[in-house]
Amino acid sequence: MKQLQNEKGNRSKRRDFLKKISVSLFSLVLPGILKAEETSDDEKPWIIGDDYNPREHYWGMAIDVNKCIGCGRCANACKTENNVPKHPYFFRTWVERYQIFEDGESTVDSPNGAINGFQIKGTNEGRVIRSFFVPKICNQCDNPPCVQVCPVGATFMTPDGVILVDANYCIGCRYCIQACPYGARYLNPETKTADKCTFCYHRLVKGLSPACVEACPTQARVFGEVHKKASPLVRFKRMNKISVLKPALNTEPKVLYANLDVEVR
Amino acid sequence: MEDIIQHLAPLFKEISGYIYPNEIELHWGILVVIYPYVTGLVAGAFILASLVKVFNVKELQPTYRIAMLTALAFLIVAPLPLLAHLGHPEKSLSIFLTPNKSSAMAMFGFVYAWYLMAVLLLEIWFDYRKDLIIWARQGKGVLKWIHKLISLFSRDISEKAVIFDKKSVKVITIIGIPSAFLLHGYVGFIFGSVKANPWWSSVLMPIVFLFSAIVSGIALVLLIYMVVTPLRGKQLDMICLDKLASFLFYIMIIDFTLEALDFIHRIYESEESIKILAELVSGKLFVSLVVIQLLIGMIIPLGAIASVKMFKLPDDLKKLIYFLTAILVQVGIFTTRWNVVVGGQLFSKSFRGLTVYKMTFLGLEGLLMSIALLLLPILILYILFYLLPPWEEAKRSA
Repeated sequence: MKQLQNEKGNRSKRRDFLKKISVSLFSLVLPGILKAEETSDDEKPWIIGDDYNPREHYWGMAIDVNKCIGCGRCANACKTENNVPKHPYFFRTWVERYQIFEDGESTVDSPNGAINGFQIKGTNEGRVIRSFFVPKICNQCDNPPCVQVCPVGATFMTPDGVILVDANYCIGCRYCIQACPYGARYLNPETKTADKCTFCYHRLVKGLSPACVEACPTQARVFGEVHKKASPLVRFKRMNKISVLKPALNTEPKVLYANLDVEVR
Repeated sequence: MEDIIQHLAPLFKEISGYIYPNEIELHWGILVVIYPYVTGLVAGAFILASLVKVFNVKELQPTYRIAMLTALAFLIVAPLPLLAHLGHPEKSLSIFLTPNKSSAMAMFGFVYAWYLMAVLLLEIWFDYRKDLIIWARQGKGVLKWIHKLISLFSRDISEKAVIFDKKSVKVITIIGIPSAFLLHGYVGFIFGSVKANPWWSSVLMPIVFLFSAIVSGIALVLLIYMVVTPLRGKQLDMICLDKLASFLFYIMIIDFTLEALDFIHRIYESEESIKILAELVSGKLFVSLVVIQLLIGMIIPLGAIASVKMFKLPDDLKKLIYFLTAILVQVGIFTTRWNVVVGGQLFSKSFRGLTVYKMTFLGLEGLLMSIALLLLPILILYILFYLLPPWEEAKRSA
């Protein structure tokens, strides 16, 4: 008791107190540090296939607007492959139909994401000067706004360039949905977490291409490596004039378009 | 899941033009409107309180403690609407534990904790410490012990200690002003930094948020002061009211100027999104933006206070005008938040169509919950007033 009232005696107590509190605070953080060290040098545990090394790949997609016939097989295949809710409010990929009229007006539609194809519109038919279909999908941006804004890091870019969502981490704040300029994300009504195209990552690691690419009857979608010379994607880039959606936003999409019209946003 | 589908199905008919198929679900509803509204009140009330301590506006002394407690009551409630709107509220702690450093939203926990712990609670504690000790000495029963507990069992009310208290309050207030700016400017940044959304994406957003926050905070403290004082059977301090109204008036002019600048800038630059935004403002947002936010929430209150300043009006009429003005301002600022949050989601990012927002009545994100969340701070404030009476005579008896 005497020691407490004495200023000099008190000081040693204070040092003791500070020592104890810093040790106990550090011990709170310690498990996190140890755990991070355990996992950082070995990527294998989070990869499904044994012979797939994500560092050896970098994926992208190309879409030739001229080849798309608007059949919607891609959107249908995607929903089946990835268990996307069948309701017409949730899509990982969809196809838009553009109609540009003589007077400069234009209309866009995508009924049920084009899964049932398109109906011919009777009234305006004579005046259409240009019409085409545009498949849309997550652009797997190299500068992804969704990854930037996620408060808990639940959405992230894999070493092979694919943007994924970890549903176990996602808190369902929906900031990523707001940040995506392409409307490519939705909140999965079953899991209440953000959801989007994964380039069919579960297929990629087994050496398969995404379901939408497989299902396309006209090969309007081309999938492949962004950098490797033998890739069909690199060939596509050599043979076509390329553009991306909303380039002014500097999202650096890895989904490239050929023959894209000025009306497409 | 079925309830979401049932909610979305009828919305189809109300879409005009083309929206991306995933955009039919509007993601940030009324709860996310309440969040910036409430934090705005916190920041505004604190700035008002700091006028007394830092800028020595003596006339506002009667409202100093009211403003501090108001800020605290609303700050306690501020994270609740966010929590209720999360898909997984049970995982919300990971924002604190494993934050993503590049995310503006991840900073929420730190900004909030800093403001609550390092600014508000600390300042209130130092300001009340002497009174708490005296109340604890004079009091009886449970309240005595509550006061003892809140004072953290400190007992020193020597002159030296009281001077230290006063100095601390001043230092904390000086730190508190930029912190209050941070608290609400940060909320503005969450919206202003979304480049995908042209209605939000603006550097002015944090500043507009800030000044509208100060406007709403002053108006709220004015309202509380005008309601509580007669209820206690006391006289309203007319000099204090006039000063409050003056500050409200000047800050509203700044707020109005900033919003006008934002508006003119958009029209003058006339970017890609201008057509769809014009359609939005002249259509679905016309009533809430032009009629309520601009006319009822801004121009009429400005005119009312200006007329009080120009003509010599009797005190009772002045009180009535101030009271009605403060209510209109609250309506106006709430609508401002609505127009930013909901308005920014009513148009498609394809810039080709407009969608709708239908609020539910029941449920976590419904109207009933929202009303409860807006009433809760009033209840907390009532308890705070009981525990820590902010009135002058309570101080004198102490």
